[in-house]
Amino acid sequence: MRFMVIVKATPSSEAGTLPEPKLLEEMGKYNEELVKAGVLLAGEGLHPSSKGARVRFSGTKRTVIDGPFAETKELVAGFWLFQVKSLEEAIEWVKRCPNPMPGTEAEIEIRRVFEPSDFEPAISPEVREAEERMRVQLAAKK
Amino acid sequence: MADPGAHRAIEAIWRIESARLIAGLARMVRDVGLAEELAQDALVAALERWPGSGIPESPGAWLMATAKHRAIDLLRRGKQQERKHEELGRELEAEREIAAADPDGSDAAAEDGVGDDLLRLVLVACHPVLSTEARVALTLRLVGGLTTEEIARAYLVPVPTIAQRIVRAKRTLAEARVPFEVPRGAELAPRLSSVLEVIYLVFNEGYAATAGDDWMRPALCEDALRLGRILAGLVPDEPEVHGLVALLELQASRTRARLGPSGEPILLLDQNRARWDGVLIRRGLAALERAEQLGGAEGPYALQAAIAACHARARTAGETDWPRIAALYGVLARRVPSPVVELNRAVAVGMAHGPAAGLALVDALTSEPSLRSYHLLPSVRGDLLSKLGRLDEARVELERAASLARNARERDLLLRRAAECAR
Repeated sequence: MRFMVIVKATPSSEAGTLPEPKLLEEMGKYNEELVKAGVLLAGEGLHPSSKGARVRFSGTKRTVIDGPFAETKELVAGFWLFQVKSLEEAIEWVKRCPNPMPGTEAEIEIRRVFEPSDFEPAISPEVREAEERMRVQLAAKK
Repeated sequence: MADPGAHRAIEAIWRIESARLIAGLARMVRDVGLAEELAQDALVAALERWPGSGIPESPGAWLMATAKHRAIDLLRRGKQQERKHEELGRELEAEREIAAADPDGSDAAAEDGVGDDLLRLVLVACHPVLSTEARVALTLRLVGGLTTEEIARAYLVPVPTIAQRIVRAKRTLAEARVPFEVPRGAELAPRLSSVLEVIYLVFNEGYAATAGDDWMRPALCEDALRLGRILAGLVPDEPEVHGLVALLELQASRTRARLGPSGEPILLLDQNRARWDGVLIRRGLAALERAEQLGGAEGPYALQAAIAACHARARTAGETDWPRIAALYGVLARRVPSPVVELNRAVAVGMAHGPAAGLALVDALTSEPSLRSYHLLPSVRGDLLSKLGRLDEARVELERAASLARNARERDLLLRRAAECAR
């Protein structure tokens, strides 16, 4: 299963304050742990929303709104993509993360990534039956 | 009273911690089987206590401390009484080591030790004294953290079969007195090869099985990938490890495009490349580059990864660099000569230099005994004949290929291609 792990913004991250060396070092070690465990697929940090924009959709109308955006706590400051076996495993890994915003409260959100098998219809009974017959035939040949 | 939420959290912690726990214990008690038992005992204790007391801040340290106490208990109670005196001396030394060992693994120096321990565990689980199936089961269990039930489901065999396989494997290791160590110098390469082989076998078990058989199968690919990445972290200077990881990432990148809506297989060249996973492709190409930077461009896994990379880089089937693929197969055929490699080379040559050139190579393989029941030989031959306009011959070959197919879907695909030649 894949999970997107989203670090939420804080006033400090939105102000573009760079992380302290100590945090950089601890985050570096944490990322290394994730890599060594075979769990980290990808990860990036995002610039403050002042460097971004939004496009609002209303019918056929498109409106562009420049950053920064007000609702700091809901903004994304960075993300990882994890490959793990369950939500609980993602949670356990996130718990081991150093506080991404030392000195303040911070939040990391975990969201499951859709896999195509979530969309595809289950295999049809006819195909499953044919498959079973072939399996029996092949087993008989051995 | 079972708390399902706490249980799932503890299972997740087990998956994260168990391999290192077992590895650290194995170094102390010098017996992989005993190490696993001690680790399992610690897990049982965790399942009993944590739902009530809460999960400790350092769950790994808690498990290790618990397991070590149990280990000392066992030694003191003389459960090893039947062993000889010199072993008793070793056990007393072990007891002292256990008691003195860094209690929560927070030593910076211990960090390397942990990596070494895990590498030792991986190497022991894949020891040549074990049968291949035993190596697979033991590795998935001890290093992958899979339960016996998960392994049994993945391989479609009964749970007791896997349980027995693991029990026997541990006994074999104990009886052969396999040392818990990283082999030195020239001995390391073949032992690493064995590990790579196990990982690749697990991957293929998940990859070759078409989805719809069992939902566990794609999970096997993920387990193999995870094991490969872990190994790459343990021996980062070994090019073939990165080569294997590259191959697995690149092959896994195509999983979502390989099957049609009713589970029918879609050939690589017909796949919708928008469904190829860009994250995995990027990782695969990066791993391949690492292998090449380490001087391992001609390792067998690196070569296969380089071939997969050619496909990954082509935005459409038409943009595929077939001459490069043909050349890579040429190198692979020299390094690891095999009829199957030669057959793949024939396909690439056919694409690069025309079907007649490909057919010449395939015809040289028709009397090859090991390919006699291999459905891809007549399938490739049929495809080349059809491109040369020799449709009747093509149909015969494709029907023959269908008769050798390994499952219903493969067979139907080949019969459809045969029918197209009859038009």
